[in-house]
Amino acid sequence: MENEVVVDITSDSDLVTARAEARALATRLGFSRTDATLIATAVSEIARNIVVHVGRGQIVMHLVREERRHGFVAIATDDGPGIRDIDSALAEGNASRGGLGLGLPGARRLMDEFEVDRGLERGTTVTMTRWRVLDELELLRERRRDESAR
Amino acid sequence: MNREENEGTGPALTKPAVDEDLLHELVAHLRDSRTQLREEWVRRITEAKLLGVMTPEEIFSEVTAVYDNYVDALETGSVETLQAYARDLSERIIPRGVDTDEVLSIVLLLRDVLARSLFAIYRDDAALLDRILDSYEPAANRIMVTVGVSFVEERERVIREQQESIRELSTPVLQVRERLLILPIIGALDAQRARQLTEQLLGAIQANRARVVVIDVTGVATIDVDVANHLVQTVEAARLMGAGAIITGLSSKIAQTLVDLGVDLGMMHTVGDLQGGLEEAERLLVSDSYSAERSGASADA
Amino acid sequence: MSVAILSQGEHLIASIQSDLSDPEILIFRDELTERVGRERARGVIVDVSALDVIDSFVARSLQSLAEIARLRGAETVIVGIRPDVAIALVQFNLDLRPLKTALDLDEAREVLGRLKGGVNGE
Repeated sequence: MENEVVVDITSDSDLVTARAEARALATRLGFSRTDATLIATAVSEIARNIVVHVGRGQIVMHLVREERRHGFVAIATDDGPGIRDIDSALAEGNASRGGLGLGLPGARRLMDEFEVDRGLERGTTVTMTRWRVLDELELLRERRRDESAR
Repeated sequence: MNREENEGTGPALTKPAVDEDLLHELVAHLRDSRTQLREEWVRRITEAKLLGVMTPEEIFSEVTAVYDNYVDALETGSVETLQAYARDLSERIIPRGVDTDEVLSIVLLLRDVLARSLFAIYRDDAALLDRILDSYEPAANRIMVTVGVSFVEERERVIREQQESIRELSTPVLQVRERLLILPIIGALDAQRARQLTEQLLGAIQANRARVVVIDVTGVATIDVDVANHLVQTVEAARLMGAGAIITGLSSKIAQTLVDLGVDLGMMHTVGDLQGGLEEAERLLVSDSYSAERSGASADA
Repeated sequence: MSVAILSQGEHLIASIQSDLSDPEILIFRDELTERVGRERARGVIVDVSALDVIDSFVARSLQSLAEIARLRGAETVIVGIRPDVAIALVQFNLDLRPLKTALDLDEAREVLGRLKGGVNGE
């Protein structure tokens, strides 16, 4: 089953794709309608962050399994160099998209876990996760799956 | 742009080199005899009174697709295409009331029809028949598991969706009269319950076209910072859907907690008790329609 | 682009029919506010019910749309924000209170009517 999706972010229209893919994947992975919307909204923010600051990057979205819960993980990486250029890009500003500071903090609030890793020479990596607790039926299936794997 | 990762459940196909040729021969035979084997399959489906909810034309077209996908899966050893088709088929037939046992029975019937066909051809050579069946059976079993699992997973997804809808409908939100809802909150509130209540409230606003909601927290002893923030967000979210919220029953203890947590109580419309809150809500609703009438009158004038 | 703008008396009714990219949203905003001026509209209703996701950029664009429309003499009402979208929206540090909202088109017309009534009554 398709549990991982990769979206290349190189243009504004890729945000539309990223939103749709995030929502579809979250739904496929069993997240509620509300959760799927929250996740897609957060993905939209980090995707915009890539386009606006660096211009090209990638978002990898996949499932992470734990005993009692499943997580939707989105990892945004950009191709650009690290913190120095990001600062200067912020200093120049981007007239049509003023108030850039709102997006990432919003994404952080939408997700359960949120980490930014600003590499100096590599690009920036944003990793965020939203969890959902498994219901009884799912817990049973997970247990059976683990047992048969042994 | 998109990569797929296969989750791969079930046993791997065993394909010893010598049986590759056999498999090709087997697949070729199944393709050549496609028409008659399909007909045989449909005959047995009808005989077993399966797929009663589908018309003969529908059965025929699905049967054709399944047969071809089945033989492809036998040949390639890959069940991905079959999986995708099975999910798609499940999505279509589950709402029509097709059951899991029906789906499994049908696949079993196909498996049987094909096995008998192989038997008929190769029965004079027992050793060869053995090898043919050794090639066929693991693959056929894997296919059946794939189809069955896809169907069950799709069914679970549908059930989960239905449960969500039921949860939204079976709500503690009460409609007092047109446009007015009450959400009485009783007992301890944790983050999860608060989230659930928010979803139920917003769903009720949408379903009832409510303009005012009275959130009564008389029955809540204490709240923590998360729940407090949640309450504020709920009020804002309700407004985004066109409904104003009135908070009632705020004990001085909770009010103090909210103030200490930096919640701007001035932003929230609060009234001492539920009764007062309902009266205030009525006033709001009446004054709204009053102004609407006035503006209508002025437009006519 | 998947946006439809209709004229209904003194009101403009705009409905966004599918997800838009950032530049498309700005074009929509500019087109709509330009029409407000050109047609001297008194009210604008923006239907976002087709949007599965409303993020900070869309929210801010709706805000600026309402501000510009007001400068040109029209009040704006946003309709069709779904429950799950509303929950997501309130996570941003945006003050959305100036933005008028309603559940659907009928409600929106009522809201605009009330606003007009208030002005006339004075």
